[in-house]
Amino acid sequence: MQTQFLTLDEARDLRCLAGMMIPPSAELGMPGADDPAITADMQASIGRDLEDVRTALAELVALAGGPFADLPPARQDILAARWRAVERPALATLRRVILQCYYRDDRVVRALGREARPPFPKGNVLEQGDWSLLDPVRARPKMWRDVAGG
Amino acid sequence: MLDKVDVLIIGSGASGAAAAWSLADTKMRILCLEQGDWMQQSDYPSNGRDWEARQFGDYATRPNIRARPTDYPINDDASPIKVVNFNGVGGSTIMYTGHYPRMHPSDFKVRSLDGVAADWPVDYATLEPFFAENDRMMGVSGLAGDPAYPPKTAPMPPLPLGKSGARFGRAMNDLGWHWWPSDTTLATTEYDGRAPCINLGHCTPACTQGAKASTDITYWPHAIRAGVELRTRCRVREITTGADGMASGVIYYDADGKEQFQPAEIVILACNGIGTPRLLLNSASARFPNGLANSSGLVGKNLMFHPYAQIYGYVDEPVDSNRAPPLCLWSQEFYETDPNRDFVRGYTFQFGRGVGLVTEAVSSAAAGRLPWGADHHAAFRQLANRRIGLSAICEDLPEDHNRVTLDPVLKDSHGIPAPKVEYTIGANTQRMMAHSIARAHEILAAAGARNIAVESPILNGGWHLLGTARMGRDPAASVVNEWGRCHDVKNLFIIDGSIWVTSGGVNPTSTIQALALYIADAIKQRLATLFD
Repeated sequence: MQTQFLTLDEARDLRCLAGMMIPPSAELGMPGADDPAITADMQASIGRDLEDVRTALAELVALAGGPFADLPPARQDILAARWRAVERPALATLRRVILQCYYRDDRVVRALGREARPPFPKGNVLEQGDWSLLDPVRARPKMWRDVAGG
Repeated sequence: MLDKVDVLIIGSGASGAAAAWSLADTKMRILCLEQGDWMQQSDYPSNGRDWEARQFGDYATRPNIRARPTDYPINDDASPIKVVNFNGVGGSTIMYTGHYPRMHPSDFKVRSLDGVAADWPVDYATLEPFFAENDRMMGVSGLAGDPAYPPKTAPMPPLPLGKSGARFGRAMNDLGWHWWPSDTTLATTEYDGRAPCINLGHCTPACTQGAKASTDITYWPHAIRAGVELRTRCRVREITTGADGMASGVIYYDADGKEQFQPAEIVILACNGIGTPRLLLNSASARFPNGLANSSGLVGKNLMFHPYAQIYGYVDEPVDSNRAPPLCLWSQEFYETDPNRDFVRGYTFQFGRGVGLVTEAVSSAAAGRLPWGADHHAAFRQLANRRIGLSAICEDLPEDHNRVTLDPVLKDSHGIPAPKVEYTIGANTQRMMAHSIARAHEILAAAGARNIAVESPILNGGWHLLGTARMGRDPAASVVNEWGRCHDVKNLFIIDGSIWVTSGGVNPTSTIQALALYIADAIKQRLATLFD
């Protein structure tokens, strides 16, 4: 029976890939995508994406000949570039799983100047803008075509 | 067998809800069967931090991805545009964006004016009072005075321009091209029990605030108070007919999966351009071997989608992004036929505001704009909150090879044959799309955008499902007559987008609902002679 979560080896490989995709930046105050809280979110929320992520990781392991996370960094770079050279659904899903957890992390969202909260119930303020911009459009003659009988 | 009803409506979405409400004042016994559930605003994505992620899962617009138990599968492998819909009380109004233009008067006269396709058997003037009534019921926000339209008013003021709208407005003025704040179904004031929009910015996958007019919160509360019964989790398998050739009712599966027969005097189909032909074809019998109401052979044919071309770019300062409704402005500068162009008919530009952080990251990574590694952060800072974009809603002309049939293998969870879609984009529409992309590049450049990207057609852009049971006066060339009654079955009506003769170049919900109200009114006016 398939488990609901990634295996330990799969989780290590996913975390390794996440860190390669988005490394931390001390200068910008950004964690890496291999941050424990972010990878824990990936594991907890993987849900219906599990099968695709497993497929993509299995392809990577096949290329590596074993656990990807155990390889030296230089070898990881070469294999990861080869692995992601051809776009495919499983790869797209794995990439999305990393990105959607990274870009909802409180620290990341705040570092990008946004409030760390869901849209509801606070919402946002939208400025009215300059309605006088419409004046030249209001001055145009009618544009629709008249038709016989309505 | 269940008690017979006077009117049985299949589908509770845009058209079914409008017709149910309109017919309620007849005091007839009206029942609506809906295969989905009532929706709960507390479950909508913008309540949670995973609000963007859920658009890839249980709030995906494509039923084949969403795959809720209430959805049915659609084989759209043979189409470059994938079908988008929602199954629940409110139908696809739960997951539309609420852009709400009307068709133009010329859209009903395309043969007379432009020599293509066919004229509609109804016109704008006939529908005008129903447009207005529907605007009042749905609660439309907009601004009077648009030179692209005959005079009309909206019950609420328009959405603010915001940074994105003002930027686009200046660009369009520089180009000398038409633009106008869009009519939308997003409440900008309190309206009929709905709270005003607070800019959650995530309108399409259902509005937690209840500002967006989905029919579960507009028509249905009124219809139910007026006595209409709405039964959920009821999936109709087929419409049955009697020895007299009239519809006798429907067979459906209830919430427990139990087969039921619901007899009815009048059956009204409101399942839109995929669900309606599917049901008619699944209702084939010895009397109607090619599917119900299909003596013309046109059931399922002439599917029109509105191929969308989406063009976007990035500006040098933060704009509204997802902190506002994606709806903003429209332009109909290129809507009416111009003989100087290499296509007939035209398109609407629908201007957007931007996307959230996750959506930006996912789409930019897929497009190759967002690198792996140390450069990732700097690249993302040039993208996040800086996207502006627009889409061209291109008129699709009816072509009978674009069609819905029954898949010989694929079935839904009740074993009912699923629809199969075969569709290609016509040559006229392809030229129109190319024109729109070129103009959009000019608009984005005028608006100061760089790194311009195009998705054409939008893959997951089959929102508008039209034409598969067209209306007309000639029974050999249409499925329903000029007031929605099937030529072949005189107590069977169709009121959804499938009856459209041509597609226009606008989002269709406003016109679908005006047509549904018009047909409901026609039924009421003819009750004594309805089946003659």
